[in-house]
Amino acid sequence: MDEFFAGLVPVLAATLRVATPLILCAMGGLFSERAGIFDIGLEGKMLSAAFVAAAMAAVTGSAWLALAAAIGISVLLGLLHGLACITYRGNQIVSGVAINILASGLTIVFGMAWFRRGGQTPSLPPEARFMPLQWPGADMVRDLPVIGPVYAELIGGHNLLVYVALLLVPLAHWVLGSTRFGLRLRAVGEVPLAVDTAGISVAWLRYRAVIICGLLAGIAGAYLSIAQNAAFSRDMSAGQGFIALAAMIFGKWRPLPAFGACLMFGLLDAVAIRLQGVRLGSFGEVPVQAIQVLPYLLTVILLAGFVGRAVAPKAGGIPYVKEH
Amino acid sequence: MKAPRQPLPAWIDVGLIPLANVMLAFLVAGLIVLAVGVNPLDAVHVMLIGAFGYPEAIGYTLYYATNFIFTGLAVALAFHAGLFNIGGEGQAYIGGLGVGLVVLALDGLLPGIFLIPLAILGAAGFGAVWALIPAWLQAYRGSHIVITTIMFNFIAAALMVYLMVNVLIAPGVMSPESREFAASAHLPLLHMVLRSAGFAMGESPLNLSLLLALACCVLVWVFLWHTRWGYELRAMGQNPGAASYAGINGRRMILLAMGLSGALAGMMAVNELIGVQHRLILNFTAGYGFTGIAVALMGRSHPFGVVLASLLFGVLQQGGAELAFEFPTITREMVVVIQGLVILFSGALAYMTRPWFESLFVLLRRPSAAAAAGTERA
Repeated sequence: MDEFFAGLVPVLAATLRVATPLILCAMGGLFSERAGIFDIGLEGKMLSAAFVAAAMAAVTGSAWLALAAAIGISVLLGLLHGLACITYRGNQIVSGVAINILASGLTIVFGMAWFRRGGQTPSLPPEARFMPLQWPGADMVRDLPVIGPVYAELIGGHNLLVYVALLLVPLAHWVLGSTRFGLRLRAVGEVPLAVDTAGISVAWLRYRAVIICGLLAGIAGAYLSIAQNAAFSRDMSAGQGFIALAAMIFGKWRPLPAFGACLMFGLLDAVAIRLQGVRLGSFGEVPVQAIQVLPYLLTVILLAGFVGRAVAPKAGGIPYVKEH
Repeated sequence: MKAPRQPLPAWIDVGLIPLANVMLAFLVAGLIVLAVGVNPLDAVHVMLIGAFGYPEAIGYTLYYATNFIFTGLAVALAFHAGLFNIGGEGQAYIGGLGVGLVVLALDGLLPGIFLIPLAILGAAGFGAVWALIPAWLQAYRGSHIVITTIMFNFIAAALMVYLMVNVLIAPGVMSPESREFAASAHLPLLHMVLRSAGFAMGESPLNLSLLLALACCVLVWVFLWHTRWGYELRAMGQNPGAASYAGINGRRMILLAMGLSGALAGMMAVNELIGVQHRLILNFTAGYGFTGIAVALMGRSHPFGVVLASLLFGVLQQGGAELAFEFPTITREMVVVIQGLVILFSGALAYMTRPWFESLFVLLRRPSAAAAAGTERA
């Protein structure tokens, strides 16, 4: 039993760490998409934020300034998305693709120009990062069976941004489900005409949604480069923005199920790393790619309505034209 | 899309405005080049020399353009049906699997004259199948084609890594690549063909795929504007409701459009694999599938426009490599930035500049309109 727990706790702790950027991005994407603005630019926002955070931390040595800069760039990209999709009624998918491609190019162009390390940023000292937090008394209980490792490594021992992500889930659930702002946000993603008729600005509501989305994707980016890792490396978001998108769809555009999907995809990732080269009974060796591909495959299956039904916000992707 | 508020003459609408949007993209790109400490005009100069300045360069430029024609046409064709195919990257990758399987299985048995057409069919067929699954899911299960094609890009990448590492890897080789294709499967290089016909041309990877790509352009043009199916496909893209009321089977059109789109994207692998690499390798698609989106937007989804845009991106790709040699602070990812800017200004912000032109047009027309009214009264 103890041995089982001894093996389980690191896996679960790793799951939490892998899931953190997914949770942040998925919650951000939720706000945007529930307001009717599709956002496939999560990946690009996160990547830009990761780069800016690492660059800022390398120059100033302050993790907090780095976090602020990361949020700043990500919100700016969100506003660009808003300008294209809300103000100029452009195609939301095209705009998202543009942001992703721009981010993957610009992070390397500026990375090379500023740091000359093949697109990497200098590696950061602990003071310039968000380091794992020791919870009070963790050292004392660490040797206790079950409770010790769970307290010291699973509940405690993560960096601040992990807890921010975890707190965000109930917050997003509450804001979207129980506040006036959340109600209006959801309405604007379903029947914007009704919101407009009530005298509420559709554009301003949607702008607020893309700003919130940018903010959360920015924290996710900072997490990648100054919390989980100690530097930026090229293309370090590695498709996690899209996995977050998949998790959000998998959670049917609702915060709590989306959180569950993030944890599940995180667990798959954590398990995939541990299963590398391991033989599983009669199955033989499980190819890592088969596990890595599961989030995408499951999302396709769910979207196709083979397991339950995922229905996107009705006004998603459609620019709102105010009648005169 | 939204109806224009002020009718503008066609030369402004399809000529001037798209041009202005592209110019804006390049203006911003110039500012970024300036920000990394290089004079943009010097950069343009180096790029143009890199792309045209010596005999080999033109071949390289056209070789890159060939890839862009395939993936750009793929995106453009789907656009006409009102579908956004972001899956060109995955379809090209799986198209490469088709090429690889055909050639690896048959290159000991068949002469090139049978083998190469079969390899091309393999590329088109595998690419088409990889696009048809999302198409079927959209047509019959209602899942969003954008999301599914994105997911299929990742699934394709994982599948290829698995196959290359575990199945198709050449024995005794450390890096995941297949054995080399037999010479009968190599598509003739253009400079060799021209040399045997008595013309001199610099050595480059440019091969006969360019002709295949241009033929595809003509075929797509004929299909879209001169066949019944092409008409139905465009009708569905313009107005699905009206099309279905006119008796057009929308589901079949989705399958048709995506199948052809996937086949076009898949054929990019012909240029890369039997044209240049001569073996199946990982990541040969190198983002060309995504660049296809920029090409299609810039070429306004017309085959002729796609060729022009592909040439421009070929120049950027080849000239961009030169840029990185010349200036230590610039990397070839600057080309990626330009692609992103083109997608932003020609695609997402396409309606931004229109009001400016509208007011400019009205402003310039007023005196002449007044003059016309004057002569009428007289």
